[in-house]
Parts: sequence; structure tokens; C-alpha cells
Amino acid sequence: MNELLALIFNLNTLAAALRMATPLALAAMGGAFSERAGIINLGLEGLILTGAFAGVLGSYYSSLPWLGVLLAMIAGGGFAALFALFTIRFKADQVVAGVGLNMLALGLTTWLMQVLWGSRGSSPNVNGLPEITIPLLGRLPFVKVFFIEQSPLVLIMLVVIIAGWYLLFKTPLGLRIRMTGDHPTAADTVGINVRAIQYFCVIFSGVLAGLGGAYLSLGHLNWFSVNMSAGRGYMALAANIFGQWNPLGGFAASLLFSFTDAVQMRLQGLNLSIANELIQMLPYLLTIVVLAGAVLRSRPPEALGKQNQGGDE
Amino acid sequence: MVRLNKLKDQQGIIFNLLYSVVAIVIALLLGGILIYLSGHDPGKAYYHLVYGAFGNSYNLAQTLLNSTPLIFTGLAVAIGFQSGLFNIGGEGQLYWGALATAVTALTFPHLPGLILLPLALLAGALAGGCWGVIPGYLKARTGAHEVITTIMLNYIAILATTFLLRNYYKEAGPVDQTPLIAESARMAELIPFTRLSWAIFLGLAVVVLSDYLLKKTSIGYDIQAVGKNSAAAEYAGISVPGIYILTMGFSGAVAGLTGSTLVLGLFNRFITNFSPGYGFTGIAVAVLGRNRPWGVLLAALLFGALEAGGMSMQLYARIPADLMRIIQGLVILLVAAPAFIQLLVGSLLNRPGGGAK
Repeated sequence: MNELLALIFNLNTLAAALRMATPLALAAMGGAFSERAGIINLGLEGLILTGAFAGVLGSYYSSLPWLGVLLAMIAGGGFAALFALFTIRFKADQVVAGVGLNMLALGLTTWLMQVLWGSRGSSPNVNGLPEITIPLLGRLPFVKVFFIEQSPLVLIMLVVIIAGWYLLFKTPLGLRIRMTGDHPTAADTVGINVRAIQYFCVIFSGVLAGLGGAYLSLGHLNWFSVNMSAGRGYMALAANIFGQWNPLGGFAASLLFSFTDAVQMRLQGLNLSIANELIQMLPYLLTIVVLAGAVLRSRPPEALGKQNQGGDE
Repeated sequence: MVRLNKLKDQQGIIFNLLYSVVAIVIALLLGGILIYLSGHDPGKAYYHLVYGAFGNSYNLAQTLLNSTPLIFTGLAVAIGFQSGLFNIGGEGQLYWGALATAVTALTFPHLPGLILLPLALLAGALAGGCWGVIPGYLKARTGAHEVITTIMLNYIAILATTFLLRNYYKEAGPVDQTPLIAESARMAELIPFTRLSWAIFLGLAVVVLSDYLLKKTSIGYDIQAVGKNSAAAEYAGISVPGIYILTMGFSGAVAGLTGSTLVLGLFNRFITNFSPGYGFTGIAVAVLGRNRPWGVLLAALLFGALEAGGMSMQLYARIPADLMRIIQGLVILLVAAPAFIQLLVGSLLNRPGGGAK
């Protein structure tokens, strides 16, 4: 039994969890920014998918994977700008627009893939991002597994998460963002440009989700396949709530979710008679439990999802 | 006064219909541009789209076949919306409905169809309804946002039904599915070789029933009152938590029937991961149908036509049917933002006159 536990709960599982948490944590941080500014971004799913596709597209035509990453961020931001335009400018229902965006992204990526590459399964292989080893950290005992032959995007994610937390909670801009989501009218009264903040946050969330998508298609694999995001956008939304609308919390939740995933995969590999469907359910169950306030009081931004009336037309 | 309100209502319906039509036209135009850019002929493509959807009785049957599940899932979303709740959980509810129906039909194979069919349908509606009550209860008691809880419950439902199937109901063999249900439990084909069953009439009946429930009963009135202004409804003595739970129960039951009718009328068994996202497309259908039962019926027929026509477009004009998903997504975005259409139509109308303001 102990051997079994050691086989499951070791640093390699944790390293796998960290890798799988990368797109989730990035998109969850996007969710945190968007929701802190009062906009429910259900479109994260479609934005990840768009990023994954654009990443491969960029790498396919330029052979430069980093250009693919850049294109993924631009595509994610661009799509998010469309979402922002519809929800902020044209006052579309945020959840409905999010569902529409996801359908559009799924249709567009699948369709383009067939038009460009003639296959409905997956794209041709492209140049992915090379793995890197951090010189000093890669020699430390225990934690070195995280820094040896690691995708650069995993490391970038860690930096981005910390920067995002700092921006949201330690800077004047972060204060303005949080005030926009909590009390848009008051924010407007004290001279904050509520709409500009909301546009910025939604577009930024798209950039982050796009980067997360690029990890899937250029870091984790080096091709694009149909519906590659596979529900990660929704998981990211859950991770964001689980993490209390905080990038660090979202990262911790993403790590927890992907850890159960990694354990589940490991168990599957060991061919034990444990039903892996039940283990796979855990993240979803946990999210519901947290959301129901059973573990800790979860407090969403007060004006979340409400149509903001403040500001001049 | 009553008459005036009625007039206003009718005007509202006409305007909504107009917006929806404009949204569909814009989406199809954008789709046409995409077809053109990909080097195909939009005219030819759309000819096959229309012919594939309505061209002959077989094609029309395919449209209706594709519409049937969307009538149910669209209604489920629309019913939830009437009380202000967003039921994104149709997908999970329909999986429970399908499994409960299949298991009921497999458990009592010797019952005559006249008893077994209603029993199996009831089991599906109950299972879906119970799954719907969970987010309703969580919303009512803890305020947990139903959008997130229903999404999570979708995953749980798909995993749980797969778990139950694999461990208790699986037919021997490589595919994760139950054995076929008895002949007596199957919904008969309406037109031979089209696979269209009379499930579509059940869908129609549910449309009529929900319209009646919402418009003519006091429960329907309470549901709408909560949806319009929950604080005022509470003040008027309506139990808002009770309405949330009730509405989600109804909504889940209708979504459950999606699964039931697919099992009884199409697959004749439960298969894991059988739904290509009917629950999610139902959201689009409800949005396009303005959350009114008859509107949902029209929208479901349109989406069914797009699916059926899309297949023939793919077959004969070599244009990937995924284009229909793009068009559906565009339709939702456009319908969700009437302000955009107003702006667009306004600027188009004003331009020729010049300064018509």
C-alpha cells in the first residue's frame, strides 16, 4: 500500500500536474481579471481554443513557434475584444454572448482546419517550443524536476501569475479594476473610466486564455486537434471561483484540479480496480462544494454580470 | 388597458421576430463570405443547404429528426430562463434521462408498450428533473451561481452515467452501451427509413404544455414574476427559493426527455457520450426563440434545418458542415445584442437619405 502511494504521490506526478495546470491557471487568471471588472467571461473556453489554433497557424507558416505564441495571444485578445464589444458596448447578456463565442470559436477553428489542412482530425505537426532547463534551479535537490526539460510556457505562467496577483492587489490599477467590479457606479463617480477598465480586463483575459491555448498546441503537443480545449475554459472558470477571484488562488485551484487528473491517469496506467470516473469527478464536486459556501465563504464581485449603467454613452 | 398591453405584446413579438430574421440573414451572409473566401461558390453551397433541409420528404424528415432533441433542450433552457435562471445543465440532465429510460425499458421488457413507453419516459423526466433540482436547491439555499454549478454537474453526470453503465448495465463487447431495448418499448418510425419517430409529437406536446403552464396557470405566473423581479415577487408573497427549485425541476425534466426520446426513438439503447452537445445547442435555440415555447419550436426547426442542410452541403458542395456551427454562434451573438442590429439597420436606412435624423 505504501509503495502504491509512493508510486502515485511523488514529484513526477506533481510535475505532471504543474504542466497540466498551465493552461488552466492562465485562463483562470483571465477569468479573475474579467470578473473582477464585473464581466462573466464564459467565452474562456473558446478563447483557449482560438489561442491553440492560432499558435499552430503561426508556427505552421513561419516555422517560428514563438511567433505562434504571439499570434495566439493576439487572436485570443482579438476575439475577447469582440466579446467585450458585444457585452459592454451593445449590452448583450454576458452568459449568452459567452456561449455564442464558444460556438463560434469551435466552428471557426474546426472549419479553418479543414479548409487549410484538409483534415477534420488534427493539423500537421508544426515546430513546437523547445524544452529548456534552468541552469541553477535545475540542479537543486527535489524541486529540480520542475526546472529540467520544462516547457518555457510553464515557467512563463508562474511569472505571469505572480505579476497578475501583484497588479490586481498591489497597484492603483488593480484597485480600480476591483472597484469597477464591486461598485461600478461609485467607481464612475470618483472618475474611473469604467468602460475602459472593462475593455482592458476582458481583452487581457483573452490574451491570457490565448497563451494558455498556445501551451496546449505548442508546448504540450505540437499540433492542433478538434476541440482541443476540451472544457478547460469551464474548468478555469471554476478554478477562478475556487481561487476566490485571485490569480494565486486560481493557480492553486488549477494545480489541485490537474493533480487529481494526474493521479487519475497514473491509476489508470496501473490498471487497478478503482473506478477512474469517480476520481475524475472530484474537481467538479469540489467546485460545487466550494461554491455552495460549505468550505469557505465565497464572495464574487458585487456587480458581477450586472449590466453597468454608469458612464457616458 | 388589457387590449393595449396585448397590442404592445404583439408588437414586441413582431420586433423580436424581425431581429431574429435579420440576425440569421447577417449570419448567413457572413457564412457566405467565408465560403467564398475558401474558394467555393456560396450560391451552390446554399442551394444544397436549402435542398438538404427541405428538398424532399426524406430531407424534411432529417430536418425534423435533427430538430427533435433541440425542441426539448431549447425548452428546458427557456423554462429556466422564465424564472431568471440559466440552466446550462441540459447536457447532464439529458444523460440521466437517457440512462433512466434505458434502464427502465431493460428492467421491464415484458410489459406491453402502452405501459412501458410512458413509464420509461416518466423515469427519464424524473431523473432529469432530480438532476435539475440540485442546482435549483443550491441557488435557493446558498446562492451558488447556477451557471457554474450546472456546468460542473454536466461533467459529473456524464462521468456518473458512464460509471454506472460500465459497472452495471454494459452489454458484453467493446462498445460502452446497454443491450437493445425490447421492440415494445421503441417509438415507432413515422416515415420508413428516415429514423424520424413520433418523438417529435411529444416535443410539440411539451411546447403546448409549457406554453399553457407559463401563460395560464398561477405557477406560471409566479415563475415569471420571480424572473422579472425576484425582490418584488418575494414581497408579493411568492416563495422565491421554492420557485427556483420548481423551475429547475421542470427544466431538468424536459431536458431529461431529450435523452429519453433519443433512447426510445433513435438509438434504442444507452450509449456513453452519445450527445454531440444538444444541451449547449439548446441554449442557442432558447436565445433565438426568445425563451418563449413557440419561439423555441421555430428556432429548433431552423437549427435542425441547418444541421440537416449542412450535412448535404458537406456531401455535395464539399464544404465542411462545421460552417453551421459558425453560423449558429454568429446568430446567438447577434440575437443577444439587439443594440448592434439596431445600429446596423439604422445606419443602413439613414445613409441613402443623408441626415434623416
